[in-house]
Amino acid sequence: MSDPILRLQGVCKSFGAQRVLNDVNLDVARGEVVCILGRSGAGKSTLLRCINHLESIDSGRITVDGQIMGYRARGHVLHELGEAALARQRLAVGMVFQQFNLFAHMTALENVVEAPRGVLRMARGDAEDLGRALLRRVGLADRCDAYPSELSGGQCQRVAIARALAMKPKVMLFDEPTSALDPELVGEVLDQMRDLAKEGMTMIVVTHEIGFAREVADRAVIMDEGLIVEEGEPRATLANPQTDRARAFLARVL
Amino acid sequence: MSGRASSDTLAPPVPIEPGAERIVRRRHYGRWVAAALALALASAFAFSLWRNPNVNRHVVLAYLFAGPTLSGVLVTVELTVLAMGIGVIGAVILALMRLSHNPVLVAVALAYQWFFRGTPQLVQIIFWGFLGALYHNVIIGIPGTRIVFFSAPTSTLVGAFVAALLGLGLNEAAYASEIVRSGILSVHRGQVEAALAVGMTPRRTMRRIVLPQSMRVIIPPMGNETISMLKTTSLVSVISGHDLLTNLQNIYSQTFQVIPLLIVACIWYLFLTTILSVVQARIERRYSRGVATGRQRTRLRPHGIRGTRTSQ
Repeated sequence: MSDPILRLQGVCKSFGAQRVLNDVNLDVARGEVVCILGRSGAGKSTLLRCINHLESIDSGRITVDGQIMGYRARGHVLHELGEAALARQRLAVGMVFQQFNLFAHMTALENVVEAPRGVLRMARGDAEDLGRALLRRVGLADRCDAYPSELSGGQCQRVAIARALAMKPKVMLFDEPTSALDPELVGEVLDQMRDLAKEGMTMIVVTHEIGFAREVADRAVIMDEGLIVEEGEPRATLANPQTDRARAFLARVL
Repeated sequence: MSGRASSDTLAPPVPIEPGAERIVRRRHYGRWVAAALALALASAFAFSLWRNPNVNRHVVLAYLFAGPTLSGVLVTVELTVLAMGIGVIGAVILALMRLSHNPVLVAVALAYQWFFRGTPQLVQIIFWGFLGALYHNVIIGIPGTRIVFFSAPTSTLVGAFVAALLGLGLNEAAYASEIVRSGILSVHRGQVEAALAVGMTPRRTMRRIVLPQSMRVIIPPMGNETISMLKTTSLVSVISGHDLLTNLQNIYSQTFQVIPLLIVACIWYLFLTTILSVVQARIERRYSRGVATGRQRTRLRPHGIRGTRTSQ
């Protein structure tokens, strides 16, 4: 890969004595869609949270578009960044959460507009135009003034996608975006993600939706116990895994 | 009513076409009984007061709007508002210190709470009132040199009113900080992560996302604190602050009309508390945005709570 937009090199992370990520290496090309699969506790979510430095890593290095996430390199030493610099770095990475995490005291439009207004310093009118356009894009033009408690889970997650897109990120992280949804609402969220992939957005998707991985992803990555145990073209990888651990996982979910 | 009798009377003799029946809501006879009982007790109590010669309602009326009463009300209101102002601002600062990652700030906040919650409020007020006896002058300069930026006798800086304010406000900050802290902790961690993920700084996240949502939890106990403060202001009598209760006590210590003047005090405190309750209800409604309307939220019945399934 000549110019990966996201690069993970030797990433390790422990919570106390427990090793959650164990020397993870992964390069993601511009516009690539990578689905990360694996049983719960495999370190998938932690990996995503490390990419935008919601968790700090113990060793290794994560680079987004050439920038080392969370650190400034000076010679052979990495200095951890201050909060303001971290916040600026996170602009390059959008994130969608399993539990949506919409701001509960704000309407759908306010949720989308909050960061463009407050962080990017956009004028109110411009920000609201952008917010309305994004909500129209995810099919919620008529729910701009609804509070999250008045929306279905699928609608909440679509607002959350619009909120992340409002910052024009270079990479989008999806942390089990459909796991908290009623089965009949999963489709509407996956449709939005499919559209986004078609438009060339770089996406890292932690998911249990094997069908989505097979159909949309450019690459499937299977994790187990903090390691990438297998990766490759999704259809081939999912149909014919080479390692025992990947086979064991797929046997349980397929 | 036995189950047998009711099943006999409720069984319809002829089948009626579904949809044609009239629906009669459950009757709440208990409410009528309770209302009658409460009304009877209240009127009996009011009547006994009205007829009681010891109450002396003419004295009550004469003092209800008398000069010392009104000036006392003014001082009580001023003290309550300003002391709660100091208390709330101090409480937010202390709560943020307790929740910060900086161990020094945590320790300082803990020490503050330990001291101000651990000593009697009356003693604190007396200390502030007689600060001049502890430190004759307030001097700000560089120790070990002769450089002095500021110097003044303590008694001119900290008069009775300022001493009362400090005694009440600083103590309140220590207690209220725990209310603010519990409010902040009540906001789901995911809200912070979502804010950080869209590039907001921790400071902005606190101000725009966490604090507004924590208000819903903070307001009710803070209303309690305010109402409590309204009456705690009477403690300043020990440093000759002229609040409502102190002024009335001064009057009855000379006229011996204890009961009527205490009734005057109660009427005013009740009036002020009523206003505070209304203000609290308004603020609560404002900060319940996105949760549910106030009426639904304050109902205890499960069917009063709607739309919580998809909320976070």
